[in-house]
Amino acid sequence: MPTLSISRFIASGLRKLSPRRGIEYVLTLIGLIIIASFIFMAVFAPFISPYDPIKPSKDMLQSPNAKFLMGTDSLGRDIVSRIIYGTRIVLYITFLSMSLALVCGVPFGLISGYVGGKLDSVFSLFMDSVYSFPGLILAIALAIMLGPGEIPMAISLTVVYIPTYFRMVRGQVLSVRESLFIESAKAIGAKDRTIIFRYVFPNVIPSIPIILSLNAADAVLTAAALSFLGLGITAPTPDWGFDLKNGYPYLTSKIWWPSTFPGLMIVLLTLGFSLFGEGISEILNLKLRGR
Amino acid sequence: MASHMLEIENLKVYYQMREGTVKAVDNISFLIDKKETIGVVGESGSGKSTLGFSILRLVPPPSKIVDGKILFDGVDLLKLSEEEMRRIRGKQISMVFQDPMTSLNPLMKIGDHVIETILAHEKITPEEAKESATSLLKNVGILEERFNDYPHQFSGGMRQRVAITLALALNPDLVIADEPTSSLDVIVQFQILDLMRKLRELYDMGLLLITHDISIVSEIADKIALMYAGQLVEFADVASFFEEPLHPYAEALLTSVPNIQLLDQKLKYISGMPPDLINPPRGCRFHPRCPYAKGICREEEPLSVEVKLGHMVKCFNYQG
Repeated sequence: MPTLSISRFIASGLRKLSPRRGIEYVLTLIGLIIIASFIFMAVFAPFISPYDPIKPSKDMLQSPNAKFLMGTDSLGRDIVSRIIYGTRIVLYITFLSMSLALVCGVPFGLISGYVGGKLDSVFSLFMDSVYSFPGLILAIALAIMLGPGEIPMAISLTVVYIPTYFRMVRGQVLSVRESLFIESAKAIGAKDRTIIFRYVFPNVIPSIPIILSLNAADAVLTAAALSFLGLGITAPTPDWGFDLKNGYPYLTSKIWWPSTFPGLMIVLLTLGFSLFGEGISEILNLKLRGR
Repeated sequence: MASHMLEIENLKVYYQMREGTVKAVDNISFLIDKKETIGVVGESGSGKSTLGFSILRLVPPPSKIVDGKILFDGVDLLKLSEEEMRRIRGKQISMVFQDPMTSLNPLMKIGDHVIETILAHEKITPEEAKESATSLLKNVGILEERFNDYPHQFSGGMRQRVAITLALALNPDLVIADEPTSSLDVIVQFQILDLMRKLRELYDMGLLLITHDISIVSEIADKIALMYAGQLVEFADVASFFEEPLHPYAEALLTSVPNIQLLDQKLKYISGMPPDLINPPRGCRFHPRCPYAKGICREEEPLSVEVKLGHMVKCFNYQG
């Protein structure tokens, strides 16, 4: 993903500038602040947005000014308000799909990795075949099949990201499974259920937030792409990807604001998630290395 | 017959490798009586740990118990279902592992380890389990205030104490200790051995002590089982063994133990290399390194013979 590599680039640049450890804490904090402010915007949208995001007005395609900070779109709607309300949709879809993917992917990964054998082969083969699809193409295909709306969109993203969790958890389980403490749990006669949930799962947890955050960054982009292609939310609901596309025809007439600001938001949120994810993984790696 | 707690008969555990079959445990038979301590001694790769794991049926793939019987109180463990076996593990036979640094779950409190073990087998309330866990840990010298600590807050010796507590939590009849002191420093080794000796009396348990340190066996064990290249070459009372080792390997082994009283003596060692277990030597497996090797040793495998009462040896020098 381009934004992911950008954040990696920024991270490595900052690390070169400041040789002291602790830069990953700063990055994580920046990511966290970005995510938190978007969540704040989504929660308090009715209180902070200056205008109604849906009702058209006579002030069409006004350039950014004191009254409309980011200008208005072709139907005279304030872009600031649409962006603020759009945060709700994008966060809703991202969090819903991420939690669904987590809930489906993690248990399958646990069972598949722990049990092994034929079951593991079947699960892995299935997950790998889903994973081998390009994410966006698969999401598009699913979104077409499921039709427009928030839930279908979230479901198509869920399917795309389940294999990521599955693969990560399964890989971790495979390494934890070989630990001596699993062997000793078996030697004291612990039940398989106990071993999976009390011994294996807690040791897998630390890697989940990283992948969750990085996947969220990816999901924001994919969700925006779906909306951009008209496969997502139906008009007039404010949605960044959809607004980006609506403003797009005016770019040639030097009317840049209806597209640019939603696009900027997509980039910013993605950056926030990936900074957070990269930062956490750096911190955890440092801790692991320090041991 | 029923007086023996554990009878191992013709046990064979093989590793199926691409290069061939490794006979890690090859046709081993011996007995353990109640409350008896047996020291299993052998060099690295002689199959002693595999033997220990196979009693609990925990041999890791690609190894497999190919043949034989492991009778525990007259019941063949190899014929039990996985669930029946699980009930025996920890409750009747349990195990202490070599490396205490990794044998505890890093994310589980010390107390929970013990409680968890008890609850896996007994239908009692968590409060009762906690009570007995506290007294168990006290027996190994861990105070109640350490109950909520995590394994990383414990030293190696302390962790091994916890691991021993786990093994003893349900008062098993037999504890298999796989090199319980090998990764500890000498002073802690001594403490742990002392503890095990004390607990053995307290809990009336049998002990199968797997070690490569023959001096530990002389201190703690009643009987010794000497393994070489997957085979049991000598089995005897400790007293009888140290007084008169019969097998040439045992003899060589004892003379190669450093002696602090003989100052200007060079350290002796057994020449040659341990055999390749995929292609073990024909005949007696020790013959390439044996100073007494005869023609027959290169051709045929010796049988185990009882030279004196309870003193078995697998060597042609004592045959017929």
